[in-house]
Amino acid sequence: MNNPLPRLPEFEYIRLETIEKAAQFLKDHPGEAAPYLGGTDLFVGLRDRRKQPKYLVDLKHLEGLNSLTFDPAKGLTIGARVTLNQLIDHRDVQKNYPILCQAAKQVGGYQLRNRATLCGNICNASPCGDTIGPSMVYQGSVNIFGPDGTRSLPLEDFFLGPGKVALVDGEIVHSITLPLPPEGSQGMYLCHGRNKLSDLAIAAVSVLAYPDLTSASGFRFRIALSAVAPTVVIVEEAQVLLSENPIEPSHFEKAAHIARQSCKPIDDIRSSAEYRRELVYTLTSRALNQVWDSLQSV
Amino acid sequence: MKMHTINFTINGRKESLKVSSNLTLLHMIRENLALTGTKNGCEAGECGACTVLLNGEPVNSCMVLAVECDRAEIMTVEGLTENGELARLQESFKNLNAVQCGFCTPGMLITAYELLQRNPHPTPSEIKEALVGNLCRCTGYERIIQAVEQASGE
Repeated sequence: MNNPLPRLPEFEYIRLETIEKAAQFLKDHPGEAAPYLGGTDLFVGLRDRRKQPKYLVDLKHLEGLNSLTFDPAKGLTIGARVTLNQLIDHRDVQKNYPILCQAAKQVGGYQLRNRATLCGNICNASPCGDTIGPSMVYQGSVNIFGPDGTRSLPLEDFFLGPGKVALVDGEIVHSITLPLPPEGSQGMYLCHGRNKLSDLAIAAVSVLAYPDLTSASGFRFRIALSAVAPTVVIVEEAQVLLSENPIEPSHFEKAAHIARQSCKPIDDIRSSAEYRRELVYTLTSRALNQVWDSLQSV
Repeated sequence: MKMHTINFTINGRKESLKVSSNLTLLHMIRENLALTGTKNGCEAGECGACTVLLNGEPVNSCMVLAVECDRAEIMTVEGLTENGELARLQESFKNLNAVQCGFCTPGMLITAYELLQRNPHPTPSEIKEALVGNLCRCTGYERIIQAVEQASGE
């Protein structure tokens, strides 16, 4: 009889002293070595044999990867090893990046978030990764270390498909940077799953809006949709609609309609595609109206 | 497969073991150390039955490698009792019948124990939020939440 709870397959655990050595090891073993942070997605993939690396290269002890720093000029830099609970508990994150906190709290249970990392959630590149949408509306970027040097990439150029990101062999995301949100910004993360917390999203919407005198409406909006396409969708057309015309309440319904048209959901065990489309409409409309109310009440 | 030697403290006792790369903390606790209070539920980080404290923080021990626990401090449900006496939290679970089949109980106790360490007087909604990662299929949760509340009130 097959064991319904298979043990982890065989692999070698690799722990190197520096990020240079870790990057070189990953480069020298393409397709065989997997970077290892919290492991909360990796272990699930190992157990059902979707992933079969020969080597797990632990990155958690590497210098600098544990830092979480906020600078009012540069914004927030989150080291790859920073756990979701560290992020949620950080005052500057709560104050300046509340949508990210809301989203991070949706990931698993408390004990899982003591291992799970923002960087892992992002590099795992699941379309339903809770923290991806908020990180994108905050216009985050990934900071990459590789055998040939360092580079930064905006998140919108990072995701290529489900589980696929724009990294080459040997590259390691060592941190994520979120610039300071625009003055007066308000936002929200609305997620619908089968239960209130901890389950994967069936669909989720991230909205960030802020006053901007250079736009016709006096505001700009950023809207991201999760779990409804191969990668997180930024709804450009709705963003333009809301910034290039004076705001009328009916525009939020129009924007929600555009969001529904922009997504490409699939049927899976959590939901039908059709239900996801309707959710996108409802969640987008609800989020935009609530964010608009918050902007008015400031 | 290469073996790694690790030294750690579990429930206040020092241990040294040789472990393979793919041995999880959960299997090390249950099989190498015969501490079977910690349960193996889902092996996917969802049910919380395998929750232990790793350096004071609750983690799903099915999602941690034993090899990472070199120099770590681990506490399992067996570590809650002192000199054979049940801890206050355990007494509350017993008094309020917060245990039915008991499979989730060790994980519930460890998660709740750590919650009370960082928040000695949690509200029912804080208790619920802290226990999101611990599934129970028998009790309907009410007794468990009451038990944590009772333990915090004394």
